[in-house]
Amino acid sequence: MNTKQKRLALIVGGLSVIAVSVALVLTAFNQNLVFFFTPSQITAKEAPTGRTFRLGGMVEAGSVKRDGINVSFRVTDTAQIVPVSYSGILPDLFKEGKGVVAQGTLGEDGVFRAKEVLAKHDENYMPPEAATAVERAQKAREMATKTLKQ
Amino acid sequence: MARTESQSNDKFAGSWFWRYASPAAFFPLAGKLEKLCWALAAVLAAVGLYIGFFVAPTDAQQGEVYRVIFIHVPAAWMTMVIYMAMAFWAATGLVLGTRLSFMMSHALAPTGAIMAVVALVTGSLWGRPTWGTYWVWDARLTSTLILFFLYMGYMALAASFDDKKKGDRASALIALVGAINVPIIYFSVKWWNTLHQGSSVRPGSSSMAATMLTAMMIMTFAFWFYCVAAALHRLRTDIIERERNAAWLRDTLKAASQ
Repeated sequence: MNTKQKRLALIVGGLSVIAVSVALVLTAFNQNLVFFFTPSQITAKEAPTGRTFRLGGMVEAGSVKRDGINVSFRVTDTAQIVPVSYSGILPDLFKEGKGVVAQGTLGEDGVFRAKEVLAKHDENYMPPEAATAVERAQKAREMATKTLKQ
Repeated sequence: MARTESQSNDKFAGSWFWRYASPAAFFPLAGKLEKLCWALAAVLAAVGLYIGFFVAPTDAQQGEVYRVIFIHVPAAWMTMVIYMAMAFWAATGLVLGTRLSFMMSHALAPTGAIMAVVALVTGSLWGRPTWGTYWVWDARLTSTLILFFLYMGYMALAASFDDKKKGDRASALIALVGAINVPIIYFSVKWWNTLHQGSSVRPGSSSMAATMLTAMMIMTFAFWFYCVAAALHRLRTDIIERERNAAWLRDTLKAASQ
């Protein structure tokens, strides 16, 4: 090997060692890198008890109940559901059927008491007409499945 | 250093890489490329911004605020691409001992740092109305902030040596080690639960309306050309500074002023 190949080998070798160690560190800290826990994780008791954490998922359709500034809704990941209570101002994009991340604590009664509610935006960008078309298509599909079941 | 270059010139005689690895040969070429890139950046930015703000439709969920993506996404992409380019040139410089490679690396760093700031600030301004907060410590945002600090560390270290060659080598190590952060940024939205949404544009597919995507891609090319132009400009300045006593530079500048 000439000098250049040696230097290249040294750099590639050094970088792979660092990459592997970073991968190991990230795996070890995986729990702390999780920005939020899903309802399934909470049901499986993977979320920390007695301290603040974040809950993330979809706001279940038809679950939002407002009473002044007190709001209660249910967060679902389509498998499990966690009820949430919150008092404060909700972000503009907070909507039923859309993503949400709430920070707070899980009570003994299984109700998540949120101190902060953030809207989680999805990666879809489309004009309103397209969104209406998608909704219509979904409703049509639901109707079709219902009819088929009957 | 000069020894390695002349030796290699024998071995790769006629190879374009080695010809342009010499600052004397690259300086005039960089000047021409720079002008071309400025022009392309200006034209593409004008077209991209026009489509983005006047042709592309309003977003169904976010309304008008989504239009920040025409700046935010290209800037975020560029800050990652530039760091990888910086690391590439740092590695090339360390392996081949070509001083122009280190100068390429140095020339890219400030633009990369600016792109990181643009991505973080525009993202923050978008986050307030959309998420309900300016900042969260999720994996995507935090790793991008770390990338900004890596740029700053790289520039600070490169500038802290009186001997430029030592500065070249020391800072090249930051560039190389920090490059591991770039795939972490890119995949963070996939590997962990983050508040930041997943990628709308992936190789081969996209979840965006066509005009929105067109505007974003045109803006991305505009950012590319802007970044190349800015880096070449900085590179030429660096060449002038480092080679100020060289005869070729005096001749080139004299020829240009006539």
